Amino acid sequence: MVEPTPSTATAAQPGPAPHRGEPIYTVRGLTCRFRQPRVSLRRPTPPLTAIEGIDLDVHAGQRFGVVGESGSGKSTLLRCLAALQAPTSGSIRFRGQELAGRRDRELKFLRREVQLVFQDPMASLDPRMRVRDLIAEPLVAQRMGGVDERVGELLDAVGLARQSATRYPHQFSGGQRQRIAIARALAVRPTVLLADEPVSALDVSVRAQILNLLAELVERYDLTLVFVSHDLAVVRHVCDAVAVMRAGAVVESGSAERVSSAPQHPYTRALVAAVPTLRRALAGADPAALLGAAPTDEEPT
Amino acid sequence: MGAVSARPDPPPAVLDVAGLSVRTGDHALVEDVSFHLGAGERVGLIGESGSGKSLTALAIMGLLPDELSASGHIRLREVERDLLSASETERSTLRGDRLGMVFQEPMTALNPLMRVGAQVAEVLRIHGAVSGREAATDRARDLLAAVELPDPERIARRYPHQLSGGQRQRVMLAMALANGPDLLICDEPTTALDVTVQAQMLKLIDDGVAARDSALLFISHDLAVVATVCDRILVMYGGRIVEAGPTRALLTRPRHPYTEGLMAASDLEAVDAAGRLPTIAGSVPPDGRFPDGCVFRNRCPRGDDACQAWPGWTGEQHDGVACWYPSGSGREAGRG
Repeated sequence: MVEPTPSTATAAQPGPAPHRGEPIYTVRGLTCRFRQPRVSLRRPTPPLTAIEGIDLDVHAGQRFGVVGESGSGKSTLLRCLAALQAPTSGSIRFRGQELAGRRDRELKFLRREVQLVFQDPMASLDPRMRVRDLIAEPLVAQRMGGVDERVGELLDAVGLARQSATRYPHQFSGGQRQRIAIARALAVRPTVLLADEPVSALDVSVRAQILNLLAELVERYDLTLVFVSHDLAVVRHVCDAVAVMRAGAVVESGSAERVSSAPQHPYTRALVAAVPTLRRALAGADPAALLGAAPTDEEPT
Repeated sequence: MGAVSARPDPPPAVLDVAGLSVRTGDHALVEDVSFHLGAGERVGLIGESGSGKSLTALAIMGLLPDELSASGHIRLREVERDLLSASETERSTLRGDRLGMVFQEPMTALNPLMRVGAQVAEVLRIHGAVSGREAATDRARDLLAAVELPDPERIARRYPHQLSGGQRQRVMLAMALANGPDLLICDEPTTALDVTVQAQMLKLIDDGVAARDSALLFISHDLAVVATVCDRILVMYGGRIVEAGPTRALLTRPRHPYTEGLMAASDLEAVDAAGRLPTIAGSVPPDGRFPDGCVFRNRCPRGDDACQAWPGWTGEQHDGVACWYPSGSGREAGRG
């Protein structure tokens, strides 16, 4: 773990973090709405607000966690950061450059700097492509040379045998597929890695291996990591700062250590209480104890 | 397996599995699995993907795919026939009545073309728990209310795709518990759910089996979830049960190196000086090609020549280990 950082994003006011200089990402008032199919002839269905009024800063070298449940808007936020989703309003600045409102071909510089790893590698890797081509595809897209050598290097870096290059994704286990996805993401030597629930589909022992690999690669390549997860315990392990999202808004943020050990917002407290832990189970907690502070929809967000 | 117990007789078993093996052609996916479940007992089955947990559950339910063959014995209380030799007709009268199951993915387990209320009512009518359409509909609504679905009247008229994942899983639980089964099997029932929804679901399972005095077989790879719900734990790897014991004892003094490895990898707060998590070396071999002898020996820090032979079971059926060098035996010294 890196030294605890002060709050870098707050629900109400954006928190400055002067010691790190200009942040890599500066997000202000980010709002994303989606049109919904019409179900009535009389009036249109109101749009779905996925995220609303998000302010946050991500600094160079930071490991920034985003925690929330299904539908909290965490994946939409990540897609906006990757400029895969255009926001309805608000601003996302990447190293000072505004991303909102840009066209796809004006975002090519971003594709070299920012790469993504998704939850389910079986869905994110094309089943008909060999591992070599999967890892080389971003290099080809960016017209970068030395492809074969780079693919070999990357396979070494993620702990796969070089012979894996000629095989197809279905010939690998879940953990190995996630390694392929990570190698693909690192191919163009990005400075920022966005990870959307990268270990949620994995067994505990494989999860530990992938978390170790991510930590090692982030250190070795000096990456800035934005890590989205529903699991605060995983985020606490991986990240130094965290933002807790609920219903499209950030309800609490601060150092990962502080948020998980002394959560302030009732929703964060409920989230912490609802995760079963070995420690509490062995102390005699039963399933009812997990509901101690279960949130209700009436609670303020 | 199963040395004679010195303790007073345990309550008569609801389910007794003895020497269960599941094979595909030339090799075994599940081998010599034996355990029993008493009324009201909550037993967890843990292990990584590919360790044979779900196949064991499917064998008990009589839902194994045709290309797999099962041998051994599965006895259910008050059922004359061995479940493995019973005909499909006999087994189908038990499923949904005496045996209930909740699957991991409710979207594929529920019928997408049928309203969920009708699916719950169908379970009741098929097994003759109620007669008449109206009585079944009423009872189904009560069952949906019992799993704390809001406005059960309205939910009953919905199709599965109109419900959230947590709501669908509640419907599954309502169906599984509808006829007060002797045994409820839950196969990773909360893996696809959010943590707060998971907490509610775990409580409903806990309350549901307690109210009916059903035995519970709870399958999960999440040790903390199993420890929260279960009284006893069976650890499975490579198609075999490698360790069994009461929850607290097993998790505070694990004996099998695989159990120790799983526990170490689960604890996100235990890291080494470089901030790395402990892992189990290697990975589960693909296609169930585990080594002969001890199935864990190619990943085990204590493995040596002795491990080329299967170590056999030490201890009682519900509290023992299958390892040549279990922790706490003195034999593991200098290894691992």
